[in-house]
Amino acid sequence: MNLVQILQFAVRGVAANKLRSALTMSGIIIGVASVIILVAVGTGASAAATESLSSLGSNTLTITPGADDGAIQFGPPAESAETDPETDSGTDVRAAQLTLQDAEALLDPELAPDVASVAPVVTANGVTATYRGESHQVASMVGSTPSYLVISDDTVQAGAALTETDHTARTRAALVGVTVARNLVGGDGSALVGEVVQLSGVSYQVVGVLTEKGSDGPGGDQDDRVVAPLTAVQDTLTGYGPLSSISVKVSAPEAVDAATAQVTAILGTRHRIGTGTPDFTIFSATQILEAVGEITGLLTVMLGAIAGISLVVGGIGVMNIMLVTVTERTREIGIRKAVGAQRSDVVGQFLLEAVILSISGGLIGIAIGVAVGSLEVAGFQLIVAPASVVLAFVVSVAIGLFFGIYPANKAAKLRPIDALRHE
Amino acid sequence: MRRPVIELRSVSKTYGRGDVVVRAVDRVDLVVERGDYVAVMGASGSGKSTLMNILGCLDVPTSGRYALDGVDTRRLDERRQSMIRNRKIGFVFQSFNLIPRTSAVSNVELPLAYAGVRGGERRRRAVRALERVGLAERVHHKPSELSGGQQQRVAIARAIATDPVLLLADEPTGALDSHSTTDVLALFDELNAAGRTIVVITHEDEVAGHAKRVLRMLDGRIVSDQRAAPVVGPPPRHAARVAQP
Ligand SMILES: Nc1ncnc2c1ncn2[C@@H]1O[C@H](COP(=O)(O)OP(=O)(O)OP(=O)(O)O)[C@@H](O)[C@H]1O
Ligand SMILES: [Mg+2]
Repeated sequence: MNLVQILQFAVRGVAANKLRSALTMSGIIIGVASVIILVAVGTGASAAATESLSSLGSNTLTITPGADDGAIQFGPPAESAETDPETDSGTDVRAAQLTLQDAEALLDPELAPDVASVAPVVTANGVTATYRGESHQVASMVGSTPSYLVISDDTVQAGAALTETDHTARTRAALVGVTVARNLVGGDGSALVGEVVQLSGVSYQVVGVLTEKGSDGPGGDQDDRVVAPLTAVQDTLTGYGPLSSISVKVSAPEAVDAATAQVTAILGTRHRIGTGTPDFTIFSATQILEAVGEITGLLTVMLGAIAGISLVVGGIGVMNIMLVTVTERTREIGIRKAVGAQRSDVVGQFLLEAVILSISGGLIGIAIGVAVGSLEVAGFQLIVAPASVVLAFVVSVAIGLFFGIYPANKAAKLRPIDALRHE
Repeated sequence: MRRPVIELRSVSKTYGRGDVVVRAVDRVDLVVERGDYVAVMGASGSGKSTLMNILGCLDVPTSGRYALDGVDTRRLDERRQSMIRNRKIGFVFQSFNLIPRTSAVSNVELPLAYAGVRGGERRRRAVRALERVGLAERVHHKPSELSGGQQQRVAIARAIATDPVLLLADEPTGALDSHSTTDVLALFDELNAAGRTIVVITHEDEVAGHAKRVLRMLDGRIVSDQRAAPVVGPPPRHAARVAQP
């Protein structure tokens, strides 16, 4: 008997048993679609997290006082000016502090060739901005040098940036984030440029509005901040104590590790650490990216596992349907053999039936999975991973084929009379 | 003389082993000539179906020799056995054994398809077989849309579609009412009058009355063998009907 004839029997078999065909296909559809969708959720979430983190800049280091406690910190620690030195490393009684001199020492082309620029940072806490009766609690008030803007990749969208002159002249000038500007004057906030605002009662002139960072980063709203010259902030808000942190720009993203080593050496010498635990912590956006990547990778694996389970459940569904119908199909095989079918005819027919059901089920599953996988859910774009499509399709088609053919092959080996008597 | 269609030499079929061996067929010798119409009778469990399944190559004997149309069936591999079933034998079951949810004509086409008969020719022959059993109007009905008698006629059409030399029927009227039984028996008479060899199992004297030869089985053995009409010529009832216009 030729292939066309066997194919015709297979198509008739699929069409004649609509419920069985539909159930078999739905098992495969659910399996394939859920794998694709769940992996797309994991991939999308991880891509979204990575993107919002990469706004931190991949070649900056942030140095904070105090030993590394092992915790992952997201974003430059705004509150670290409050760090109590006594709670840090037990053996070192010297207060863990970073000074302006520490920052200046890092700009050393000999000892630190990979450090491109350095910005000492002080942060003032609980600063309230007021302007003509409107007031706003600023999340982050930073005092630093103009190089801070370069390091943190900041530009102004209205007005002008801070200059070296502002820094040396201790000018009370400020750059405000769009959240602050909008809360004080409404609109796009540019009306605030040139105006004088009160920052915790001190008059500062707003010289510019910082370019919007957009999405909420892991550290909260990144546009709720004020940047002013370090000197002015020390004069008016924080006093002349230690720095909150030092931001360092590394010459190239590949040099992050080298620069970290150089900074560690310089500060270690200055703080007389020797072989002990450093009293400062250096972290880079790369580190955070890696840590977050690990977490989202784990998330993807977990969702993948859940998807794998649904694939197995779908497979068991397919298996059950195949096994339940095997009584009827075994009789059918007995009839076919009684009227002269060869074993190869029977196996060929059931193979093709299983191929038709599994592949069309798999394709429908892919269509549904890819359709849902290109939606935007809960604020992030799902991303369909091609590997998940291939894997889900291959596995579920294999399940469909196996459970379609295995009982049929067993039945085809029976003598016709045994197949006919099967119950 | 032409070679017999069926030639059994000391054929046995046993089930089980050790103490619980059942001899369903016990050293049976049987010769059936071409054109004969044989009825097999006997109590339940006497081995009729077992014998019939062996004759139809649906089952193999435990021992003994079975030559079908001169071919020793023991020598055949699985492939050639399938071919024998396809070309030489038409089998009618008590329980019809039609493929469900598949039209009458598709069921009848089945043996033709496995014989390699193509599209249009196959359909024509299947329809012709259905016409012979009087079901020209029911070609596209599914088994569930047919009465028991009609289903059995579809099964007979399927059995004769490939023009086999031997038609075997295991209690073909067992599930039918008297009217359908009459139809089926008339059909068998006609087929036999046209030269086909028929072996039919039955419990009913009415059915046996149509045969040219009646065998009785007991505990796996043939205990009586009576001839009611010669091998050559029409079966007794068929002749009777033709005789009285
Ligand atoms: N597959 C089997 N396994 C074991 N024993 C079997 C099997 N098939 C038949 N037998 C036994 O063989 C004997 C003959 O059975 P068979 O079906 O040939 O009887 P039968 O004459 O057709 O009876 P009935 O008129 O009731 O159909 C019985 O005793 C039965 O129990
Ligand atoms: Mg029986």
